Amino acid sequence: MTRLSMKVNGRTVSAEAEGRTLLSAFLRQGLGLTGTHVGCDTGQCGACVVHVDGKPVKSCNVLAMDTADAEVTTIEGMANADGSLSVLQQAFQDHHGLQCGFCTPGMVMSAAALLEENPTPSEAEIRHYLEGNICRCTGYHNIVKAVMAASGQDVSQLGVAAE
Amino acid sequence: MYAFDFVKPSSIDDAVKALSAEGAQPIAGGQTLIPTLKARLNAPETLVSLTGIAELKGVCRDGDVLVIGAGTSHAAVARDAAAEFPGLAALALQIGDPAVRNRGTLGGSIANNDPAACYPAAVLATGATVVTDRREIAADDFFQGMFTTALEEGEIVTSVRFPIPEVSAYAKFAQPASRFALTGVFVAKFAEGVRVAVTGASEDGVFRWTEAEEALVRSFAPEALADLRVPDGGMINDLHGTPAYRAHLVGVMTRRAVKAAS
Ligand SMILES: Cc1cc2nc3c(=O)[nH]c(=O)nc-3n(C[C@H](O)[C@H](O)[C@H](O)COP(=O)(O)OP(=O)(O)OC[C@H]3O[C@@H](n4cnc5c(N)ncnc54)[C@H](O)[C@@H]3O)c2cc1C
Ligand code: FES
Ligand code: FES
Repeated sequence: MTRLSMKVNGRTVSAEAEGRTLLSAFLRQGLGLTGTHVGCDTGQCGACVVHVDGKPVKSCNVLAMDTADAEVTTIEGMANADGSLSVLQQAFQDHHGLQCGFCTPGMVMSAAALLEENPTPSEAEIRHYLEGNICRCTGYHNIVKAVMAASGQDVSQLGVAAE
Repeated sequence: MYAFDFVKPSSIDDAVKALSAEGAQPIAGGQTLIPTLKARLNAPETLVSLTGIAELKGVCRDGDVLVIGAGTSHAAVARDAAAEFPGLAALALQIGDPAVRNRGTLGGSIANNDPAACYPAAVLATGATVVTDRREIAADDFFQGMFTTALEEGEIVTSVRFPIPEVSAYAKFAQPASRFALTGVFVAKFAEGVRVAVTGASEDGVFRWTEAEEALVRSFAPEALADLRVPDGGMINDLHGTPAYRAHLVGVMTRRAVKAAS
């Protein structure tokens, strides 16, 4: 065990870690930040997505030691400074982009990264970017709608033909 | 995972030194290695991270060759190779998903030589040169069958030198659950000839389809391949596809790649 420190959600924090400690475990067990979910633990489902130095990664597939001194952002760092939901989080609520909520932290982190790269993505671009995030509940339509709405685009006609 | 020590050198020399120890193994993006360790299929004593080595990262042009550092992520290749070698950038953009592309690296992909990995097709189809800490290895000699390469114990890939084709394209039939290639074909046309490399299909891993290469030299068009088919023998047989299905896909994906490239 060694003491590992990194910057998480803007604060320098530290906890004990071994060589084999995953970033997901370091965040959840080491720091008590249980907003990051572990679904598959094999790099497939995306529930554990966090940002490392601004880029989305699957934290169950990263060694915590490898992110020493990195800047990490988790779902706990996504709300506004006053604690209210961010535009993206609020859009998930408004458009019913979650049901059980298990995939939601990863969805929000991936979607936030997408909007950073591409502020007004098309429906196809959203679906493509979220390929590594699996949701067993929503059927994805409302997640796509939430991301589009958060980007300020009109979603009133989205999926009407399909429904 | 079994316990291991973790070290993170900042130069190639220090990494090679650390890797000379008994039981040491490199880790790059970890996108393949970490799941393998979780399944306890591997028990290194020390993992030597290559992610802190700046000289392993980056894309730069050297005459007719694009040199890509082994530690360059798939996302960085998709972005930084787009202008010079769009066929390769498009391949990188089709690997996994954005989070995987931010961690996974060129060097890790070819060192692993998964029979369904994407990069080996581009390395073989361009006749690239794999540069290691101690020598240069031609693509035709580097890949030696499923999960097997010419790399020696403790040897690391430092960069890959890709000759830039006149035109090229990668056509991938993705396995919908894993997003790896059920069959993927990279076609590269040079002034001196055409090379075609197939991944995902054969039990021997990536291979060159020389009959297609000869036909495409005569006429670089999908129709030139109309009468060609690879034999079913030696194709992978699993729940995603039979050997006959994969052999058929090789033809389909090669024609699509030629169409996309021409
Ligand atoms: C969900 C998911 C989807 C994926 N989809 C695809 C896909 O569609 N197509 C595809 O091709 N791949 C896919 N991959 C694999 C991905 O591309 C990996 O990033 C890649 O295969 C390995 O690269 P890495 O840097 O992560 O290597 P690691 O996992 O760190 O290492 C892999 C192996 O290579 C060795 N190694 C690493 N770097 C070097 C080096 N420089 N020199 C010598 N040995 C080295 C390691 O010791 C290890 O044995 C996917 C992975 C996941 C998790
Ligand atoms: S828990 Fe990390 S990808 Fe599923
Ligand atoms: S809301 Fe239940 S998994 Fe997505």
